Amino acid sequence: MPRVVFTANLQRHVPCPPCTVEGSTARDVLDAAFAQLPKVRGYVLDEHGELRHHMVVFVNGQACADRRGLSDPVGPSDEIVVMQALSGG
Amino acid sequence: MSDTLLASTRKGLFAIRRTAPDAWSVEGVSFLGDNVTLALVDARDGAWYAALDHGHFGAKVHRSRTGGATWEEVGTPAYPKPPEGHEEERDEFGRLIPWKLVRIWSLEAGLADQPGVLWAGTLPGGLFRSGDYGASWELVRSLWDHPSRRAWQGGGADYPGIHSICVDPRDGDRVTVGVSSGGAWRTEDGGGTWACCAQGMRAEYLPPERAYDPNSQDPHRIVQSPAAPDLFWTQHHNGIFRSTDDCRSWEELRDVPPSVFGFAVAAHPLDPGTAWFVPAIKDERRIPRDAKVVVTRTRDGGRTFEVLHNGLPQVHAYDLTWRHALAVDGTGDRLAFGSTTGSLWVTENGGDDWSTVSEHLPPVHAVTFVK
Repeated sequence: MPRVVFTANLQRHVPCPPCTVEGSTARDVLDAAFAQLPKVRGYVLDEHGELRHHMVVFVNGQACADRRGLSDPVGPSDEIVVMQALSGG
Repeated sequence: MSDTLLASTRKGLFAIRRTAPDAWSVEGVSFLGDNVTLALVDARDGAWYAALDHGHFGAKVHRSRTGGATWEEVGTPAYPKPPEGHEEERDEFGRLIPWKLVRIWSLEAGLADQPGVLWAGTLPGGLFRSGDYGASWELVRSLWDHPSRRAWQGGGADYPGIHSICVDPRDGDRVTVGVSSGGAWRTEDGGGTWACCAQGMRAEYLPPERAYDPNSQDPHRIVQSPAAPDLFWTQHHNGIFRSTDDCRSWEELRDVPPSVFGFAVAAHPLDPGTAWFVPAIKDERRIPRDAKVVVTRTRDGGRTFEVLHNGLPQVHAYDLTWRHALAVDGTGDRLAFGSTTGSLWVTENGGDDWSTVSEHLPPVHAVTFVK
């Protein structure tokens, strides 16, 4: 099953350990991860389920091509990394 | 008399305690490193609420029932998806108005006979109501769907926003909100219906034929007098306005020294004649007049104003005070205000004399006393 890893910067705000869940697209996998970690959903996606502006989802090191739909395919041994841009002072 | 105040800053929520007469010091900090945009102390049950803006991760609300020792995240106000076929909303500058939470810009509690009721004003202009201590929030559709709402404009921010929520102490179903830039709006029925109530406000920056359009006004902050609830004060973008008839009309107070520009206003809790403002040079500079930090006070209902400066920096001081960063306690003797450059001052005699709490906090967004 695909593995989902969240940025350490998010761990500071809400517990989000790595998890292994079912799914064949990035959207499916993230939905399954958020079913286990419901508080995390609103930090990664906005209230309409869209990826927040400065967030990025990698599948095996490649940023999802479909940022809006997150329809990028995910294989059973793939790793999804949820990251954000860092900025500010 | 309050001995504790909370300063919401760019880098955390600071609890500040009075340790001796005129001596206040930072006692603790919650959310260190995070952007706390404002806090609410609910006098009904003593709960503290903090609004956070995590930037990339969105805006959140946390609640403490332990005086800041522990916090739990509660619900986040969420905008619904626009209905099918809804055309994109743009303001007059062509900016897209999203149906999404951008920032929580005001938090207020209902009355004692409305346990659990909270109000949240947000960018891009939605008002939310909670009936369960913030566990869940509902967009007040009657205001969001009002045709005039679409004419609201961003002021200092890119989007319109509700920064002031005045719950009438006589009747919690009567709520007045202030909008930058959309004037003042009133419900008499708990949010069922709304009417604009900014008649008499004047926007000097608009084309002349629009200057008195109530729905185009940019009040920076609106407060209601707890002592005489028909009395309201507004620090507006280009002036100070007062209503003595429950917002049916507004009168502009001119020639207020040293400037009529500013963001913050506080109403005395017991004396309707007294209010405080923190002025600055409008608009293109936004610094204190002559680089001197002062507070202006009226004690005669706005007929005359005093400029208070004892204890405040009077040389090369460039502190600006945002709309929520001036607070008064339940007696009217103690006030505090904070600045964009991380200064925080308190007075224990209504503003005659001020003492410095810190000059090195992060930028201060909001100040409130713990009741």
